[in-house]
Amino acid sequence: MSNDIRIKKGLDIKLKGEAEKTIETAVVSNFYSIRPEDFHGIIPKLIAKEGAKLKAGETVFYNKDNEDMKFVSPVAGEVVEVERGARRRIMSIKIQANKTQDAVDHGKFDLESSDAEKIKAHLLASGCWPFIKQRPYDVIAKPNNTPKGIFISGYASAPLAADLDFTLTGKEAELQAAVTALGKLTDGDVHVSVGKNSSSPLTSLNGVKTHRVSGPHPSGNVGTLINKVDPINKGEIVWTVNAQDLIIIGELLLTGKFNPERIVALAGSAVEKPRYFKTKMCSEVATIIYDKGIAKENHVRVISGNVLTGREVKPDGFLGYYSNLITIIPEGDDYELFGWNKPVFDKVSTTRALTFSWLQPNKKYALDTNTNGEHRAFVVTGNYEEVFPLDIYPMQILKACMYQDLDEMEALGMYEVAPEDFALTEFICISKQPHQKIIREGLDLMIKEIG
Amino acid sequence: MGLKQNLHKLKEKYQGKKMAPAFNALHTFLYTPNEVTHGGTHIKAADDLKRTMNTVIMALIPCLIFGMFNAGYQHYRALGEIQATHGFLSASFWTLDNFMVGFWNILPLVIVSYGVGLAVEFIFAVIKGHEVEEGYLVTGMLVPLIVPVDIPLWMLAIAVIFGVIIGKEVFGGTGMNILNPALTIRAFLFFAYPTWMSGDKVWVHGAVARDQAIAAGQNLDAISGETILGAFAQKDSIIYSTWDMFWGLIPGSVGETSKFLIIIGGLFLIFTKIGSWRIMLSTVIGALSMGLIFNSIVDAGIITESSKFYGLMSVPFWQHLIIGSILFGAVYMATDPVTASQTNRGKWIYGFLIGFMSIMIRVFNPAYPEGVFLAILLMNVFAPTIDHYVIQANIKKRMKRLKVKTA
Repeated sequence: MSNDIRIKKGLDIKLKGEAEKTIETAVVSNFYSIRPEDFHGIIPKLIAKEGAKLKAGETVFYNKDNEDMKFVSPVAGEVVEVERGARRRIMSIKIQANKTQDAVDHGKFDLESSDAEKIKAHLLASGCWPFIKQRPYDVIAKPNNTPKGIFISGYASAPLAADLDFTLTGKEAELQAAVTALGKLTDGDVHVSVGKNSSSPLTSLNGVKTHRVSGPHPSGNVGTLINKVDPINKGEIVWTVNAQDLIIIGELLLTGKFNPERIVALAGSAVEKPRYFKTKMCSEVATIIYDKGIAKENHVRVISGNVLTGREVKPDGFLGYYSNLITIIPEGDDYELFGWNKPVFDKVSTTRALTFSWLQPNKKYALDTNTNGEHRAFVVTGNYEEVFPLDIYPMQILKACMYQDLDEMEALGMYEVAPEDFALTEFICISKQPHQKIIREGLDLMIKEIG
Repeated sequence: MGLKQNLHKLKEKYQGKKMAPAFNALHTFLYTPNEVTHGGTHIKAADDLKRTMNTVIMALIPCLIFGMFNAGYQHYRALGEIQATHGFLSASFWTLDNFMVGFWNILPLVIVSYGVGLAVEFIFAVIKGHEVEEGYLVTGMLVPLIVPVDIPLWMLAIAVIFGVIIGKEVFGGTGMNILNPALTIRAFLFFAYPTWMSGDKVWVHGAVARDQAIAAGQNLDAISGETILGAFAQKDSIIYSTWDMFWGLIPGSVGETSKFLIIIGGLFLIFTKIGSWRIMLSTVIGALSMGLIFNSIVDAGIITESSKFYGLMSVPFWQHLIIGSILFGAVYMATDPVTASQTNRGKWIYGFLIGFMSIMIRVFNPAYPEGVFLAILLMNVFAPTIDHYVIQANIKKRMKRLKVKTA
């Protein structure tokens, strides 16, 4: 069954350096790093201390609030460093890979005869649970809940995003196994969105509701899909899974092994030859970015994820747990003479205030990291609504988060949103307010106060 | 670039010091800063608040220039040195003589408005340690355009100080204020120095001075130039044609007279997406509606010529738009995003009520020959209430969705 969803409000930020559709196998990374920061709100309880020898798929730490929820090592190797930050918080766990790889084998999972409890236990023990996130709050799902639906976006509309139609090719069996398992965890449906003319393997899945989406970004955000299909009400829970993570879940169910392999796009205007790589999650980005990528001395920003929601990593840093994209763009830490009043041709804008991106809607830009202005109080109104397709008042909910009025946040629809839904409003914000941070802090406050 | 590096060094020197906001304000005026994104989106759109404000100023410049010519034209015409002329491109309007009179009288208004206003802004920024925000760039340009040409500079200075402090800074600065600062300044002038803000003497340069000279015993003819609204209130005959009113060759506050240039400015603001077309359009619709209501009352014979309201009520409804400052208010004042309604539906209601009230006050209160600034200030106060009800509708929809589910 297919339902069309058309998004009108939004903005496609067209950037230079889209990844060419060829896959290379990346150099094997010597070190891997798991950053608990990737799992928002999880307090890790470390099992694998420094010096511990691990197989691939063996537990590194578990969730302090739920001992069953394991986080596993992507490779076989030895824990060489546990980096700690303020108040001994674990920042990262660095693992040196062995020459020979061996993995924990959970055995082929019998999907047919398993019920929800068995599936949950299996995913929790094998380290696949963290791929399942929940809304409200945009955190890793609580295993004891039953969601009213599970949503998967198979359409990547973010700037320079890895094309899921391309990266999921040939993984039909894994995807099917994963969605079949997920289908047993919910009372409702598993909703999958694909692009309008997509021939993605996701379109041929059984047991899911397929939605064909079109329109500008954020049409591919899972939050947009939820809002258009079945918005979250107070007390309801939905789960979301990234499409590329379905492969890992599916493969675990089919083979019994946690296979961290992933196809990652290298993109961005600073990259010489943008293309796709086959690599493993949590590997060193250095294994990817230098070969026909960037020169060592380049003054660039390396982002694990896309330019709107990704996390900045050092060139000697590591790929994030969830990301399937490395974007590299120039840093913009330079002054610009009369930058605030002269006509602008090389930057994106939604206004026409001597900014001329409206003249060439298909032009691709090489944007840098300059803020193009200073942080200010909210002044201009009505511009966020133009790029925000959800049936929510964006500025009002942001202000409610800032003055921490829980009742108002709830009434305005805080249960429905995640920080990434506010990435576009943040991009166009004339007052340069940190929208995603404001929403994240608002959600955290709600977790603390309401739970 | 020597300048760039020197300024960068100075910036680092001032970092964390008390004067940093003042320095940064000047520095960022020359150069957009070298700030980069941290967390959140890694790229940002090109627009910032300075660009936004600058766009509004660009839309105001034609009104200012025209105001300078018009000040001279009204002055010489009242003196009888030139004949009344018609048409926007009339040669005896665009003369250097006219311009110089306006230039030397209006430039000081601009300087005082910006000088005093920005000084207050800088002082507050330094005391409170926040950056100098750009809101005053527009306010400072609006103020000279909405006062009579001969307003004494010290009055303007006091009003600006009042308006910036009470109208804006006590609420926390740009973005936090409830009332439009430029209109707060005008309201202060209006109620503190009413003789300088209304009547038939203040709208033409030199009229007040001439009056004082006559009072001192000199044998001169008095000159006057009342606005069209003043003429209606006094039941005088209207000596200006409809086209004069449209092109702007009439007495009035400095920048409000040329409806033609205001419309151009409004279209520019709509095109650049800086001004809200919803507010502009709905204000005009509101004004026309009230005008039509008055017209139909007159047509029904309820109000007769003996009534003191007859004159303005019988003005054809569309003419209200080219009399007084309703268009100026709709384009440049009502659209101030901070003090207007912030929701799109709210903007329709807010604008409509401004237009509606403006014409109502204009007709019913001859003591204030113009009601636009009062109507806008009034609706500024009610804008949050309008938004509240608009947002409640969204909240109710969400509640209903929940009830349907649980029922």
